Amino acid sequence: MCRDCGCSLGPSVARAPFAPPPTASKHAQVHVESIEVITKILDANDRVAAHNREHFDAHRVVAINLMSSPGSGKTALLEATIRALQGELKVAVIEGDLATENDAARIRACGVPAVQIQTGNACHLDAQMVHDALDELPLAGLDVLFVENVGNLVCPASFDLGVHRNVTLLSVPEGDDKPAKYPVMFRGADLALITKVDLLPHLEEFSVERARASLRHVGFAGEVLELSKRGGSGFEAWLGWLRDEVASRRAAAA
Amino acid sequence: MHELALCQALIDQVDRVARQNSARRVVSITVSVGPLSGAEPKLLEHAYAVAAAGTVAEHATLHVETVPVTVRCRTCRAETAAAPNRLLCGACEDWQVDVIAGDEMLLQRVEIETADEPAH
Repeated sequence: MCRDCGCSLGPSVARAPFAPPPTASKHAQVHVESIEVITKILDANDRVAAHNREHFDAHRVVAINLMSSPGSGKTALLEATIRALQGELKVAVIEGDLATENDAARIRACGVPAVQIQTGNACHLDAQMVHDALDELPLAGLDVLFVENVGNLVCPASFDLGVHRNVTLLSVPEGDDKPAKYPVMFRGADLALITKVDLLPHLEEFSVERARASLRHVGFAGEVLELSKRGGSGFEAWLGWLRDEVASRRAAAA
Repeated sequence: MHELALCQALIDQVDRVARQNSARRVVSITVSVGPLSGAEPKLLEHAYAVAAAGTVAEHATLHVETVPVTVRCRTCRAETAAAPNRLLCGACEDWQVDVIAGDEMLLQRVEIETADEPAH
């Protein structure tokens, strides 16, 4: 990727060990000074994220980060989305998991390119990991790039990946108070999807109204859609949201 | 537990500041962290000990200043404290508020030790 655009950003480089500057004599006077810095701790990540966004914009690709607990239906949603948009939008996926190629294999079985990032023990994706994955994923001709983050409602929320939109899933079996328990994750979302709503008759303790109120209380101001494996109006609305994102990105680039 | 990754990013920055200022060692590091940043101060302190080992910051003290969440109401303009999972105006209970503090994660200052040669 960066061989194409000529930017200098390659894989992350290890820092050289610190060696204090030599002191010429033992008569040197030691003193302590305080230096005001005031930078974001994740400044380096944010710069790589901005760089990723430039790549997406240059190729007019809408990049969407999917986040949720493990097992809330991110991969199943991607499979259904890819099938529904076949022949209409060109999609690719970056998958993030601690281990296995399982999810990338499921996506490839739907006929679209997928790159699997195996994070080892890392609980989140960061901008550099996404950048490295782009080396294996040509963006030319794509409409939408999904990044399926590591299933985790805590850590992924702190790392900008350079995507245009963050989408957070909340599945019915998890409980309607998840936004109150994990406010940072849900506050940062542009769209919230309540998934597995076909299980609502079996899980009476889940109230869609309470979930919506919980989202509002953590400062989530986006749209909330209800999805189930059986399709339905929520899934159509999700596809509509995606089409609008692609259309507005194209209009902005024109 | 992404605090280790955060501490590694922090130490990269401290390392750069130390080199730019010809530091002999780093005495202390002060960061400010709000609850809406997603970083947990206690976990930052634990992770820091691991991340700092063998670096310029190995013997430096980490000070974590926590910044409470403050919201400004779009309706009544009041600035009030709020809980991270209840971002409502403390005056009129409206939910249309802007977070004006409490989502930051900043390196504020680095205290370094330098050595000056005495004038001849």
